[in-house]
Amino acid sequence: MGSISFRNVDKVFGPATGGVKALDDINLEIADKEFVAIVGPSGCGKTTCLRMVAGFEPATSGVVSVNGRAVTEPGPDRAVVFQQFALFPWKTVRQNIDLGLRNKNLPIGERNDLIASALKLMSLESHADAFPHQLSGGMQQRVAIARAYVLDPVVLLMDEPFGALDAQTRVVMQEELVRLARRNPRTVLFITHAVEEAVYLADRVAIMTRRPGRIKEVLDIRAIREAEGWDSHARIEDVMDLESFVHLRTHIWKSLREEKDFQHV
Amino acid sequence: MNGRPLSFRESALLGLLGLAGFIGLWSFLSISGIVPRQFLPTPLDVASRFAQLLTSPFAGATLPVHLASSFRRYAYGVLLAAGIGVPLGLLMGWFRLLDDIVTPIFDGLRFIAPIAWVPFAALWFGTGIGGPVMIIFAGAFPPCLINAYRGARFVEPRLIEAGRMLGTPSSRMILEVLLPAAIPSIIAGLRVSAGLGWQSLVGAELIVAAAGVGFLMVQAQGSVQTTTVMVGMIAIGLVGMLIDVLLRQGEAWLRRRRGLEA
Repeated sequence: MGSISFRNVDKVFGPATGGVKALDDINLEIADKEFVAIVGPSGCGKTTCLRMVAGFEPATSGVVSVNGRAVTEPGPDRAVVFQQFALFPWKTVRQNIDLGLRNKNLPIGERNDLIASALKLMSLESHADAFPHQLSGGMQQRVAIARAYVLDPVVLLMDEPFGALDAQTRVVMQEELVRLARRNPRTVLFITHAVEEAVYLADRVAIMTRRPGRIKEVLDIRAIREAEGWDSHARIEDVMDLESFVHLRTHIWKSLREEKDFQHV
Repeated sequence: MNGRPLSFRESALLGLLGLAGFIGLWSFLSISGIVPRQFLPTPLDVASRFAQLLTSPFAGATLPVHLASSFRRYAYGVLLAAGIGVPLGLLMGWFRLLDDIVTPIFDGLRFIAPIAWVPFAALWFGTGIGGPVMIIFAGAFPPCLINAYRGARFVEPRLIEAGRMLGTPSSRMILEVLLPAAIPSIIAGLRVSAGLGWQSLVGAELIVAAAGVGFLMVQAQGSVQTTTVMVGMIAIGLVGMLIDVLLRQGEAWLRRRRGLEA
């Protein structure tokens, strides 16, 4: 069970009066096992939303809660996958994945089993004893995802996880994440500025406005995906050619575009 | 700096030229009698005295024995400084409360030069091993603490967040995240500490009544043996250079290793 809720959330950076208002009255309910993506222009506060769920930033007003409990500090029930991977450079792949399990005081046998299955899940078996700098960006992000998944978190928070990858690697990772999410559904909050990525991955897409960030529109993708059978296509480019996909993508683009044009008026 | 960069050979040559000039001027002043020879012996006098002291004792021991006893005090002082300074710096880098408590005291104390600790150290810790070690400690401690602290404070914030998100307790956070991240800064601090500790040595040995290079120099001064005083200075300079070279090598080796690993 893992629901996320934003209720009347404001965020002001700097002093309470005269600070920069980053988020304005955010309301969003994410149900258990639902995959929600937030898209928006840079600086709209979408990452701040995720950081509040993670417990890295407090809300200035309003409540961010997970499973009905207000978030106060970071914890392994809310695993984060960072854009810049944030792996420990002095730890091997195995040690990076193991840290969270050791923190849970699990016996070594159980830890080894969990690590083995996480390595297998992300096709990292042959890199278990490598250091992060010996791996490509895509591989490093697999390690970060394995490190998050192995904790069996209530919710998974992904902050532009593929933003630092090259286009080809990015597509592979997106396809893999879809497989992972469909086989082993869990609550995911996914932050991105890539519209196609959001439409391809998410059950629902929330569109945010420029600063101060507000949620402008929430689109339900799942009903269309299931009706049009997107998941029967193995490759992202096949899905992206479907009329239903193009329609949604264009809709979101226009919605974001209005934002930009509004800025120039 | 201007002009083209010098080759290794050219800069080595210039270094030798500087040294030759220095010794030449020294010889001239001493041999010509401009400075009385009693106060400025010739380089040759000093060199032969140096060789002589290697085997024949002065102030109770030969030069190597004096050096060995100096080095022992020095090693205790520096190890103590590293052993307290590095852990304390890391703890201050993690626990804000400790930082707020210790920083004002530390900022006040660190401006007291090691030599200014001499009377206090003699009163409190005596002139045996305790007093001198305390003075060397006073010289070597600040860089250990400051560099460990800075290393811990400037860890990439994402790594701290990743550690917190994984539910890492404070002790493990310090040992497995802050410490490895701070290693380059700590090593640089240790090198500075080692140098400052060695520089505090003579001050420390002003109050020693048994053996040590500083003790040798003070005894020689008492009997107006400038040559022996200068031998002591040169010995301190040479050993200091040797320590620095060895630590530089160690640092470079560590960097290479980390370069492969991190």
